[in-house]
Amino acid sequence: MKIHEYQARQLFRKYGIPVPEDVLCYTVSEVEKAARDLNRMVVVKAQVLVGGRGKAGGVKLARNVDDAVSAAKQILGMDIKGFKVEKVLVADAVDITKEYYVGLINDRNTKTVTLMASSEGGVEIEEVARVSPEKIIKFHINPLTGLLDYQARDIALQLFGDIKIAQKGADIFKKLYKLYVETDATIAEINPLVLTPDNEVLAIDGKMNFDDNALYRQPEILAMREPDEDELVEIDANNKGLSYIRLDGNIGCMVNGAGLAMATMDMIKLYGGEPANFLDIGGSSSPQKVIDAMNILLKDKNVKSVMINIFGGITRCDDVAKGLIKALEVITTDIPIVVRLSGTNAAEGLELLKQTNLPTVSSMSEAAKKAIELSRM
Amino acid sequence: MSILVNKNTKLVIQGITGRDGKFHTGKMKEYGTNVVAGVSPGKEGLVLDGIPVFNTVAAAVKATGANTSIIFVPAAFAADAILEASEAGIELVVAISEGLPIQDMIRVTPFLKQNGTLLIGPNCPGIITPDEALIGILPGNIFKKGNIGFISRSGTLTYEVVNLLTENDFGQTTCVGIGGDPIAGLYFIDLLERFENDPETIAVVVIGEIGGDAEEQAAQFIAEKMTKPVVAFIAGQTAPPGKRMGHAGAIISSGSGTAAEKIAAFNKAGVPVAKEPNEIPVLLRELLKK
Repeated sequence: MKIHEYQARQLFRKYGIPVPEDVLCYTVSEVEKAARDLNRMVVVKAQVLVGGRGKAGGVKLARNVDDAVSAAKQILGMDIKGFKVEKVLVADAVDITKEYYVGLINDRNTKTVTLMASSEGGVEIEEVARVSPEKIIKFHINPLTGLLDYQARDIALQLFGDIKIAQKGADIFKKLYKLYVETDATIAEINPLVLTPDNEVLAIDGKMNFDDNALYRQPEILAMREPDEDELVEIDANNKGLSYIRLDGNIGCMVNGAGLAMATMDMIKLYGGEPANFLDIGGSSSPQKVIDAMNILLKDKNVKSVMINIFGGITRCDDVAKGLIKALEVITTDIPIVVRLSGTNAAEGLELLKQTNLPTVSSMSEAAKKAIELSRM
Repeated sequence: MSILVNKNTKLVIQGITGRDGKFHTGKMKEYGTNVVAGVSPGKEGLVLDGIPVFNTVAAAVKATGANTSIIFVPAAFAADAILEASEAGIELVVAISEGLPIQDMIRVTPFLKQNGTLLIGPNCPGIITPDEALIGILPGNIFKKGNIGFISRSGTLTYEVVNLLTENDFGQTTCVGIGGDPIAGLYFIDLLERFENDPETIAVVVIGEIGGDAEEQAAQFIAEKMTKPVVAFIAGQTAPPGKRMGHAGAIISSGSGTAAEKIAAFNKAGVPVAKEPNEIPVLLRELLKK
């Protein structure tokens, strides 16, 4: 789960990480008031759940109230990578001596929370990692001890040089780690972390993502969720025990299992078609799940044909067939459907489907070819 | 021979009285797995399907000599179940439970290391040595004894490919589903090493997917350390960045973890990558002719 920058800043403050003052605004007049109240140079920042806001013109510096108003007029309502800007953050634009990067992630290889820090902050850290990986300090945190004082201090010293400043940095690293672990985060970045002319260390921008599997024990984080339209569909699918991602193609896919669902999309593409979605109906095969899945698939008006690909392991193909027959009793559609059943009880399933006139095949590649053919009719 | 599980495996089932636990216990027993005990706190004394149930894993181990455990308990309690098995002296833990918080797995890891416990999963379909032991939720009927080692990050895609192998007369030594989570137990390299050392295995099939860089590391390991041929397949070539494809680990983030990068790494290591599942037995046949 992703949250906005303004929400990350709220969490930073809660954990004692210093962040400049800011106000969240939905309208130009709110921005005008916020700029007047802050009464100094501000930065107006689009709040959208996507990276690259600065490059897209979604972040503007304003020297006075008039500047802030004109920035707000430009930014509010603009489109950034398909996301409409509905709110902006008006934040105190502090003076900056130098920009740094600090981030925490879960490292798959060492199976630890790993701290990354760099004196090349502000820019895209992925680019730094690619071009000059030696400029990134990486530290794998022992989960039994957490990030210890001397470890945080050592990393901060490498970054800031001066011990007095490093102590401020180390304090931020430790607080960020505490926030990360306590909220089941999967990313916590401060970019940039800045040094001011007064030798203060501040978090100017923040990004946090959270572990979907842990949301059940993070009610405060869950309450911050602001899903967009696509995500609402995905969350609705999740609540029904399905996993759905909408794509741009025209061949709807319904598959049991995530790996097989991805392989199905790949095969459609390999044979010259375009998958309309990723849809994993999971292990169970209750008729209701098949009905829900069909409803979600057919909501996408780009869909011209549907490929159902089931490999029965624990899922029994005859159960899926029964679900499909029930689904087609309640859903009326003229979108052609091709069904592939294989594995446990496939013969029984295919026999049941004879009453529906649906084309059935026994291999995945035949099904993909047929679905592509049907999408072009 | 085989790897990790065989006729000598003595299995204890954690969560044996739950719906999934009960169902799959029956399936595993039917397949011929030596299921010696079940664990369900508060149900000690019960005998299910001829299997004695204990309150704790330690008691089950003491009474039956169990050396392997399988976990079916709900995600919120699964990390605790893994630790309980490890502390009780279980050598191999297979965690089927899905939806475990990542921080739970990070906290579990150092304890497993300290106790020398091996883990497969979580969120995995399990492991099978055909005709000897099935430990998981895999459909036993599609597997066949033979000489191919098999490692996969996915469940049903495993069944799809194994079925193709069996149909083409490529039986398997051992098949391992390592699971779709970003932080998991035994992974590609740990298993490739075991297959390389297993005299009966003559070739290995690796099924990877988008997310992480374990496939790239596996490719490097194969190039440097393996003498046996390997065929690979990568799922998720059409997956868009930033979208999690069902598995918690299957996500392309910051432009890395793409299928294209993984395929390139395998090709560089001299490992042929199938364009579609059908091609896997074809590539295997070509490699084994040489």
